[in-house]
Amino acid sequence: MTTVQGTGTAALSVDGPILVAEHVTMRFGGLTAVDSVSFRVMPGEIVGLIGPNGAGKTTFFNCLTGLYLPTSGRVVFNGQVLPPKPRKVVQAGMARTFQNIRLFSNMTALENVMVGRYCRTSAGPFTSIIRGPKFRREERETRERAQQLLDFVGLGHTTDSLARNLPYGDQRRLEIARALATDPKLVLLDEPTAGMNPQETRQAEELIFKIRDQGLAVVVIEHDMRFIFNLCDRVLCLVQGKALIEGTPAEVQSDPRVIEAYIGTGPDDAAALESELEEGQPDA
Amino acid sequence: MEFLQQLVNGLSLGALYALIAVGYTVVYGIVQLINFAHGEIFMIGGFGALAVWLLVPGESLSIWMLPIMLIGGMLAAVGVALLTERVAYRPLRNAPRLAPLITAIGVSIFLQEFVRLFFGRIPGFPDSKRAIPFPQIEYVTGEAFNIGGVTIQRAALFTLVALAICAGFLYVFVNKTRLGRAMQATSQDPDTARLMGINVDKIIMVAFALGAALAAVAGLAHGLRYTNIDFKMGFLAGLKAFTAAVLGGIGNINGAVVGGLVLGVVESMATFIPGQFGGSAWKDVWAFVLLILVLVFRPQGLLGARVVDRA
Repeated sequence: MTTVQGTGTAALSVDGPILVAEHVTMRFGGLTAVDSVSFRVMPGEIVGLIGPNGAGKTTFFNCLTGLYLPTSGRVVFNGQVLPPKPRKVVQAGMARTFQNIRLFSNMTALENVMVGRYCRTSAGPFTSIIRGPKFRREERETRERAQQLLDFVGLGHTTDSLARNLPYGDQRRLEIARALATDPKLVLLDEPTAGMNPQETRQAEELIFKIRDQGLAVVVIEHDMRFIFNLCDRVLCLVQGKALIEGTPAEVQSDPRVIEAYIGTGPDDAAALESELEEGQPDA
Repeated sequence: MEFLQQLVNGLSLGALYALIAVGYTVVYGIVQLINFAHGEIFMIGGFGALAVWLLVPGESLSIWMLPIMLIGGMLAAVGVALLTERVAYRPLRNAPRLAPLITAIGVSIFLQEFVRLFFGRIPGFPDSKRAIPFPQIEYVTGEAFNIGGVTIQRAALFTLVALAICAGFLYVFVNKTRLGRAMQATSQDPDTARLMGINVDKIIMVAFALGAALAAVAGLAHGLRYTNIDFKMGFLAGLKAFTAAVLGGIGNINGAVVGGLVLGVVESMATFIPGQFGGSAWKDVWAFVLLILVLVFRPQGLLGARVVDRA
């Protein structure tokens, strides 16, 4: 955590972390949804974010992507502190997908991905009216890149289908393609396999590896433990807004506190409660 | 023959409504605001065109004045529309729906009164408290065409051609350009659009500007067709155009065009209703009866509204 390994003095060199969150805290009134969470992501790394429901995973994502301004702490992306404006965050190279699918449902698959190119293109109102050669070249490049990305996620055949008519698993992959269209350096995936069958989950896993192989960093929120432990280089477990443990999948998997957080012991667990009453010593 | 004549009259009137209705529908589609000041933007388009004509020396009625007037009208309308968006609507972006609606009515009255009191004060400009004669440009006004007994006013034809060009342009803009796609995306889900890197404030400005530009075309066409313009011409025209937008399905651009044409034709056809409820005096009544019927039996409009689909 303290030094950037193998980079000497240049802390912001290519080998440095792409994302550093320092003591990020988010309070809503009296509720502390995220409590002083620090974490960093290196380029080309897949990091998992796990935790029981309500642990603050999505809130933490929202802090990272500029949807929320953290109550305290800061987020440094690619060497700069980002303004809390989603648009600027996307521009800087961070893209995300959503827990509940949020595609533009009345647009085609291709158009959805093309919308993702918005921040990397520049045609203004006048150029769009005149439709000069520069405008047409940009438009063609946008279309070609969008088609490439559809092929990349395995949706090459769905180009002209309306997003809302796609099967559920394809919609999730379309969201990933749209996120990739913004040319990100870091992709945040919020439950990419929620509601998928095992085969689709396997495909999603392959896709995420493919994204990583392009040199992108990936942060994944997921509840499917087998998925996350297969996929990730590192896993951070949040419980009630606090970072419980961060480590390799093997470390996290075997940590009793993680198991406790998910399955629950102590006062919540009826059996434990019973034994406590018998032994007369609460707070085991 | 009489039927054909009324159909032609109705279509050209409807084209005027359609050009204005697009502005209501585009803005509504993106910010869910009924911009009641949009009728005044149409009026300012007409006054802007007139002002440019007055400023160019020589009082020329040459056809070459037409594009100059059009650009003048568009600059005035787009400028005022962007200014009202910035000053009056943007601060209320997150306010309850009723607040911007009332503001829009306020903006509407403000713009009417402003033009009434201010336009005539500019040296060399006519008194704006009364109707002002509009320059009758050659070729687009004057002797009507007569095709097989159906008279077609040149200005009416101009309006229809203008609508056809604008509708084509609009289709391409919305479907085949970066900004158009961003507009569609913002209209379907503004929050997600923002998270995908779209500058939503800019897209809202584009929507206002687009509507204002078409309203300016309508303002110019109105001046040519009715030979004069006045500061309150935006009120009824705006109300009719709003009706047209609702008729077609508010939020739906094709719907606005279809709704405008249908409304125009229905108004014209009112002359065929026999007895005391017929004739042109009753045309507004029948236009709004149509609105009520559509709202009762097909509230989403003729072509169906933008599907509101948010998780």
